[in-house]
Amino acid sequence: MTHPTTAPAAPERPRTIVEKIWDDHLVAAGGTEAPDILAIDLHLVHEVTSPQAFDGLRARGLRVRHPDRTIATVDHSIPTTDRRLPILDAAAATQVSRLEANCTEFGIPFHGVGSPSQGIVHVIGPELGLTQPGMTIVCGDSHTSTHGAFGTLAFGIGTSEVEHVLATQCLLGRRPRTFEVRVEGRLASGVTAKDVILALLSRIGTAGGTGHVFEYGGSAIRGLGMEARMTICNMSIEGGARAGLVAPDDTTFEYLAGRDHAPRGRAWDEAVERWRALPSDPGAAHDRSVTLDASQLAPMVTYGTNPGMGFDIHGRIPDPDALPDPSERDGLRRALAYMDLRPGEPILGHAVDVVFVGSCTNSRLSDLREAAAMLRGRRVADGVRMLVVPGSSEVRRQAEAEGLAEVFRAAGADWREAGCSMCIAMNGDELVAGQLAVSTSNRNFEGRQGRGGRTVLASPLTAVAAAITGRITDPRTLLA
Amino acid sequence: MTEPLVTVTSAAVLKAVTRDGLADGLFADWRRTPDGAPRPDFPLNRPDAAGRAILVAGQNFGCGSSREHAVWALVANGFRVVIAGSFADIFRGNAAKNGLLTLQLDERTLADLHESLAARPDAVIGVDLEHGEVTLPGGERAGFQVDPFARRMLLAGTDELGYLLGHEADISAWEASHPAAVATSAAPTP
Repeated sequence: MTHPTTAPAAPERPRTIVEKIWDDHLVAAGGTEAPDILAIDLHLVHEVTSPQAFDGLRARGLRVRHPDRTIATVDHSIPTTDRRLPILDAAAATQVSRLEANCTEFGIPFHGVGSPSQGIVHVIGPELGLTQPGMTIVCGDSHTSTHGAFGTLAFGIGTSEVEHVLATQCLLGRRPRTFEVRVEGRLASGVTAKDVILALLSRIGTAGGTGHVFEYGGSAIRGLGMEARMTICNMSIEGGARAGLVAPDDTTFEYLAGRDHAPRGRAWDEAVERWRALPSDPGAAHDRSVTLDASQLAPMVTYGTNPGMGFDIHGRIPDPDALPDPSERDGLRRALAYMDLRPGEPILGHAVDVVFVGSCTNSRLSDLREAAAMLRGRRVADGVRMLVVPGSSEVRRQAEAEGLAEVFRAAGADWREAGCSMCIAMNGDELVAGQLAVSTSNRNFEGRQGRGGRTVLASPLTAVAAAITGRITDPRTLLA
Repeated sequence: MTEPLVTVTSAAVLKAVTRDGLADGLFADWRRTPDGAPRPDFPLNRPDAAGRAILVAGQNFGCGSSREHAVWALVANGFRVVIAGSFADIFRGNAAKNGLLTLQLDERTLADLHESLAARPDAVIGVDLEHGEVTLPGGERAGFQVDPFARRMLLAGTDELGYLLGHEADISAWEASHPAAVATSAAPTP
């Protein structure tokens, strides 16, 4: 055995992936009183949270510092009906035209209605290869955490911060704590990424991750494709964490290779080498951690009015009187009154009015493939309205090319143009008061999908099962 | 206070494209009847309410108003300071970003303040940000806590963007040593 001639360098303190990304982007440390200044690699802009930020720039005579690190599209308030028709809602039309004018004035690449790259911001970033490991990504939207699937520190910001990033390509922030979420084992057939995240939320609650960034890991996460990982990271914010991420691996690199904005040739090899150094070091400390056993998970649904109010689809509605905490008791009582559900009753078999497959949580090609596979040769039940809204114009084209759109149409579902649609109900796609929807989106707040509308969050498979039977149904009973 | 500050429907608020347009949305359901007529008994509708810069409220102010629209609506109505027993977290953060001082008083002091304002609505309240002290209408003083960074911004007459712009040298230095991760305007060539 030979001995090294010089002593090895003192090992660096093991760091989490979040610490590595933070350190890589630290422009100036704030110390004890001031926040840090963090550089932002990519800023996604849409029509709802940006107009006041552009006004702010004009009021101060500022320019956009890096238009080429910024990209804009329209998603929230645009109709998902025929794109050749004008937008009838005057306020929505103003938002859309204002964004286009702002992008022209400040030189920001813009993918408007009619662009082949238009879509939900969190769908087009990855699709175009703009979302890459190790980056910092922000957008004036809560579900920016979606991009974390690539090992990216990505989080939602408010309109003032949109203005900060436009002007300086930087943000003020304090180093977040990290919360390790390990999901070990194999998911059963019919149980998907959406069920994993709903199970996590039901376990830790909507404030469980406040002040933290989730780092998802474990064998079940490693076994998921990129789109499924996006579904999980997407709902990190519903657990109170501003961001959630998955360390990059070969699955990540395979997804990225060859995409429009991915590096090419030698630059690709160098990038992959850099990205391989990102995962948390062995021994790196997380502030908190939780482990889920994937093999024990069943299809999940929500019964209440926040995403943490979820359970196994075979569960019975909990009894508010059994809760010791008075504010939780009141909250659950109010939620059940809104949902028109009674303690002790099962949710299985509950009648459904609307089924929505879409949103930045579940509107990608793999979601539509799963949905179409179950729906093929079957019909949407009489009296049920089913909307299928692809996450991007590109997803729509691919779904058309693969024949998925035809499956949806033949089953009696409404196959739409790309956008946020009934997830936030800003564009005319909404529930009527009293209707109950099984929805693949991310929020079930009161009125979220239309005033008085009731939302049951679920996976695409569970949503399709509800569409076929007209009732809340365990999708495993319909699997081939 | 646990009601939303901006009580117009959320979809209408989210489709607003300016900050000033939100002035009328402040406490909309309290200020006006459903048919749009002002309620004469609501304090903000009294003629002498014009030009007031300090809003004295109750507990958990800003709960349910986590969007910046709520702060913009207050600022658009001329308010510079909100005094309350407690504040919702996100609202407090948004206030700091928009130069609105959130000033927290203990329950007893706040109750006394409400009482003296009820007796003398034109009473003057002094806010000394530098020393973290508020002077109540009767002349008594009470200390208040404020986030040190928010205090620094307000005293310097700047805001977070001003602070960031003041670090131009640091930003340029960082950019000089870190090439852009992506260029949205053009895809890379082989």
